[in-house]
Amino acid sequence: MKKLILSTAALALTAGVAMADTVRMGTEGAYAPWNFINDAGEVDGFERELGDELCKRAELTCEWVTNEWDSIIPNLVSGNYDTIIAGMSITDERDEVIDFTQPYTPPDPSAYAAMSMDVNVEGAVIAAQTSTIQAAFVAEMGATLVEFATPEETVAAVRSGEADAVLADKSFLDTVVGTDGLVMLERMEQIGGGVGMGVRESDGDLKATFDAAIQSMKDDGSLNELITKWEVASTF
Amino acid sequence: MFEYCTDPETLDGLRWLSCYLTTGKHINFYWSFVTVLVLLFITAPTALAFGFLGAMSARAQVAPVRWLGQAYISVVRGVPDIAFFLFFVIALDQGFEWMRHQAFCPDWTDPIRQGNDFLVCPDAKLPLSSSPQWVHEVYGFFLAVLTFAIVFGAFAANVMFGAMRAVPRAQMETAEAYGMTHRQTFWRVLVPQMWMYALPGLGNLWMILIKATPLLFLLGVEDIVYWARELGGTINPRFTDYPHGDWRLWYFLALLVFYLAFTRVSEILIERLNKRLRHGQAIVGAGA
Repeated sequence: MKKLILSTAALALTAGVAMADTVRMGTEGAYAPWNFINDAGEVDGFERELGDELCKRAELTCEWVTNEWDSIIPNLVSGNYDTIIAGMSITDERDEVIDFTQPYTPPDPSAYAAMSMDVNVEGAVIAAQTSTIQAAFVAEMGATLVEFATPEETVAAVRSGEADAVLADKSFLDTVVGTDGLVMLERMEQIGGGVGMGVRESDGDLKATFDAAIQSMKDDGSLNELITKWEVASTF
Repeated sequence: MFEYCTDPETLDGLRWLSCYLTTGKHINFYWSFVTVLVLLFITAPTALAFGFLGAMSARAQVAPVRWLGQAYISVVRGVPDIAFFLFFVIALDQGFEWMRHQAFCPDWTDPIRQGNDFLVCPDAKLPLSSSPQWVHEVYGFFLAVLTFAIVFGAFAANVMFGAMRAVPRAQMETAEAYGMTHRQTFWRVLVPQMWMYALPGLGNLWMILIKATPLLFLLGVEDIVYWARELGGTINPRFTDYPHGDWRLWYFLALLVFYLAFTRVSEILIERLNKRLRHGQAIVGAGA
């Protein structure tokens, strides 16, 4: 026990010196092309590349952490990591709990994927990921909503016939349509206000730092290049 | 891993599979088995200790101690595991940080609670936000062990409380008649004999504990079910060298085999232990 206390104390001391500016970036790691785990077992995708570039511009050291989508906001608020960079759309509801940087992708329509083109969305059973703008939208419009914890499961529900269609970001559905007979419906829904990084409301400095970094990437066009490269959204 | 893995598209059959099964992501999957096993082997004795303390205090002669023991047993057993894992752990973590905050940053004037945010000074963060990722992982693991131990300790306490009462009263009276103190009868007569009555219940708990490990992911520890789901999911060729469809069935089958094999081995060991404990005991019908 004594040893444990000693080593904790030693750890605390050494860490105090190397305090510099480490920012822990929280992401989901299950939402290609935004963020996913690559073959090597590391976080990869549009947001990985974007986040690393932002940190470079802001001269911060960044550490990547994965967290389940469901508890991604509570864990930010309680300080397990410092930012959420997980394809999170800026909404008023979330803005009450956390703060957002300026959006790094423009507002884009959400799309439906189904097993056949003639699914009538009204009155159908629609799958969506829990606590997403899409889930809220489906609940609002009066269709039957089935929620799943991960994006993968929402698509699997359509394949297995449990749901008639899935509503999600178009860029995510682009990666799954064409396989196993999945097609994208023509109907789109204009929801969401662009995707931004989430930070704690008390972290005004961090928000300003990332706002500036995002602005500089917008100004020199490198953000648009990244968006095109990963095909995540329309460009600015 | 292997030299021929540089261009997976040209491979087929077993060679492809051998490359596929040795990607960094799969290595993480294999490590998560180690994580789960280590967790179980640390948690089990810790929970047993919690349970023993709980049972001991629930039958203590001093009333406040007894109330404390009984409250622990009934409150923790009554709260759903998932609620316990979501709320208690965050509270525990914040509790630790609050204590460190009081100790390390006496001059800090900003309030700790700002709206939804919980803010301690940077020195009090646990682990420090600048510590390497493995420190965070070890800390998360430690929280997991503690939470599992508290939850399963309450159930174990109830089992042992019952087991202690199952030891025939006549034996205790005989011991007292020989002039043993209360403490002596407890340690020399009651405790050695109660294990036999407690073992079936504790064995049951062990089985449940094995199956409860997927709750780990709620605490940010990536367990075998997380990786199985992650690896089994459909992967588009844009994001991997090894594209495949929905293979979750195969991964979950592998988990099924793992859990069944593990519980079967446990059953055999518990049965052996049971035989040993009953050896030479004068009581019939116990521990069946």
